[in-house]
Amino acid sequence: MKPGHGEVLIAEGDVELAQDEERLVEEFRRQLDAGLWAAVPVVGESGRRQSMMVRTFAEIPRDADRVIFFPRAAGGR
Amino acid sequence: MLLVLAATALVALALLSDLIIPRLDEGWRRLRVRRERAPHAGGGLWPGRRRHDAPLVYDPGRERRAEQRARALLRSCVNEEEWAMYRDLGFIRVWGGQANGPGEDGDTGGAPYAYLVYPHKPILAYLAQTHRLLGEYCVEFLDETRPYGSARLPDSDDVLAKWMALTGDERRLISMANMHLPGRQHDPAQVTRDLWRLKQWERARMRETPARIG
Repeated sequence: MKPGHGEVLIAEGDVELAQDEERLVEEFRRQLDAGLWAAVPVVGESGRRQSMMVRTFAEIPRDADRVIFFPRAAGGR
Repeated sequence: MLLVLAATALVALALLSDLIIPRLDEGWRRLRVRRERAPHAGGGLWPGRRRHDAPLVYDPGRERRAEQRARALLRSCVNEEEWAMYRDLGFIRVWGGQANGPGEDGDTGGAPYAYLVYPHKPILAYLAQTHRLLGEYCVEFLDETRPYGSARLPDSDDVLAKWMALTGDERRLISMANMHLPGRQHDPAQVTRDLWRLKQWERARMRETPARIG
C-alpha cells in the first residue's frame, strides 16, 4: 500500500523454487527493514476471513497467495 | 497625413488603455502564479521535467485510481459481509477478541464489544449490546517517504490496514494507539445514528438471506 498509489506489486514468485524463494525472502526483509508491517489474509477456524501479522518469512503459511505490506501504525491525534 | 494618423493612434491608445492595462495586469499576475507553482510540477527550461527534490502536485485522477485499486484490495481481503457494510454504510465493524475489552484497563466485564473502523478517523470501541461507547483509538499509518506528496493512504487502504492490524494483532494495535474518551473526534450523535443504521442494515440482510439461499 502506498499513498497516492494503492496496491503496488513488489515481487512475485513460487516459494517451491529456490531462486524465487531467495528473492522473495530478500524483498520481504527489505520491506520490513523499511519499517513496514506485513500481513497475510487467511481464513480462520470459524471460516471467517482475518489477517495474520508476520514478522519473519518463516511465519508465512506456505500456501499463502500474497503478503500485504503497509506502513506501521503509530499513535494518531 | 502621417502626423494626423499618429496623433489619432495615440488618442485611440489612450482611450483603450482603461481596457488594456487591467488585462495586461491580470496576465502578468497569472504568469507569476504559474511560475510559483512550476518548481513542483516542472517548469524552467524543461517544463516536462520534475526537480528531484520537488514533491509532486496533488493529482485528483491519480488519487481516484489509487482509491479504486484500494477498494478492490479491501474487497479481496475482508469478509463479504464486511465489504457490503463498507460499501453501504462507509465503515466496517470488527469484533473485539480480548476477554476484558480493549485497552489495559478493560472494564467490559466480559461483555462482547466491537470496533467501528472508519477511513482516516479513530477506531471506535463500543459495547455490542448496549451500544455504550468505550473509547476512541487514534492510529495512523503514515508513509513518511511521501511518494506522492502525501503521507496518507487511500481511504480504503486505511480501513484495510486497520482491519488487518485489528484482526491480526488487536492487542498490539490498541496498545500503540492514543486512547481518548468518546466524542473527541467522532460525534456521539453521529455514531449512535451509524449504529442504528448498522442494525437496520443487518435486519434487511437477514430478511434477504432466505431469498438469496432460495
